[in-house]
Amino acid sequence: MIRLSIPLRQALARLSLPMMIAAAFGVMLLGKADALLAERARVALADLLTPIWSALQQPVSAVQQAVREAESLLRLRQENARLLQENERLRRWQAAALALEAENTLLKRQLNYLPEAAPAYTTARVVADGGGTYARAVLLAAGPQHGIRKGQVALDERGLAGRVTEVGSRSARVLLATDINSRIPVTLEGSRARAMMVGTNGARPRLQHWPEGAIPQEGDRVVTSAEAGAFPAGLPVGVVRWSAAGAPEVELFARLDRLDMVRLFDYGLSGILPPEAVARPEPRARR
Amino acid sequence: MAFKGRPAPSTGLLRQVDALARAAFPSGFTVLVLVLAAVPVGLPGVVAAAGLPCIFFWSVFRPAALPPPAIFGLGLLTDLLSAAPLGSNILILLVVYGFATRWRRFLARQSFLAVWLAFCGFAAVAALLGWGLQALLGWAVPPAMPGVAQVMLSAGLYPMLAALMSAAQQAMIRAEAAG
Repeated sequence: MIRLSIPLRQALARLSLPMMIAAAFGVMLLGKADALLAERARVALADLLTPIWSALQQPVSAVQQAVREAESLLRLRQENARLLQENERLRRWQAAALALEAENTLLKRQLNYLPEAAPAYTTARVVADGGGTYARAVLLAAGPQHGIRKGQVALDERGLAGRVTEVGSRSARVLLATDINSRIPVTLEGSRARAMMVGTNGARPRLQHWPEGAIPQEGDRVVTSAEAGAFPAGLPVGVVRWSAAGAPEVELFARLDRLDMVRLFDYGLSGILPPEAVARPEPRARR
Repeated sequence: MAFKGRPAPSTGLLRQVDALARAAFPSGFTVLVLVLAAVPVGLPGVVAAAGLPCIFFWSVFRPAALPPPAIFGLGLLTDLLSAAPLGSNILILLVVYGFATRWRRFLARQSFLAVWLAFCGFAAVAALLGWGLQALLGWAVPPAMPGVAQVMLSAGLYPMLAALMSAAQQAMIRAEAAG
């Protein structure tokens, strides 16, 4: 230590606070003038202290973990109460479902109801649309060993799209419900009236041949009918819309303008099959 | 600490080391508190809030051990550990030091509660000063809530830190009286 005279030391001590305050302003200006300097100093200090912090972080995170545990334990009670309540409600629903199921089987037995087999289906990718004999048709890619048959029903994820009309060894053609050649027997769900859905090559097929007195109502749901044995009953098709020209049309659920995958359902129906395409013989089965 | 009998008179070197340790204790303790407060626990503004009680306490009760250059260093450390504009905490701590040393004769005779209340006032003024400096240096009005939180945190931390520091202070006074 340098030995200084007492008055000098006192003077220095008195001066040091104003000097340091001036230095603080200097540091402030320096930090303002060169923001990068402060950043670099901070990073250097953090680098220096990181080992200490990382060592301390473990107990700190342990404490935080314990606090979180305690919080969840505290919440356990009310969570449990909530779950019990929900369980009670669900149990009531389960009872209702079981009762309904039992009633359903009882009624079925009384009606001598024949259950439908769950239909098998294959999914195929749409590779091209248009072309062929029909104006509104799509071509599906199928593997060499596909099980696609004529007359299978094609649905997209929302509803009926059409029907398989031609089957090749690696492809199949689906006649869409909008094609002018398409005739699909449908049921109007509101009145249970049968009608025919006739394609127009437009976006919305028309309804024709509904029974007298059962005029299709706007917004009525349209499902397929099992009439003629070409389709199973009850596949969703669309809703009735009256056109500006005063004709009932069906707004299809299926999005036929952007088909990319369709499911082909095999209901084992062999009703009316679509006519053979002209000058297009059925390809021989290659085995 | 109840020693049985008086400790043996220390030799020259040991006494010097002892004195040096006593002189360095306030700064060292504050540095330790600052570094510990910077451990990320998800609470912002702890560093500045934890540094202030230490500075205040030592300025009041042992100003000789904490000269302005040490305050300057501690302020710089606070600035670097927190995201405050560089230099702002230096000025705040120096101002707190200046006023605390000026009023220390009055403050040191008060009860703990009164000193704590005075410290709360200091913390509020320090937060206000920090807010002003931040507004001036950033040339934008900063939100007031962090400042309020810092004052509360500082005021809450003071009794705990003060208990530790006054225990150390008592020990040092006893050691000085013995030595």
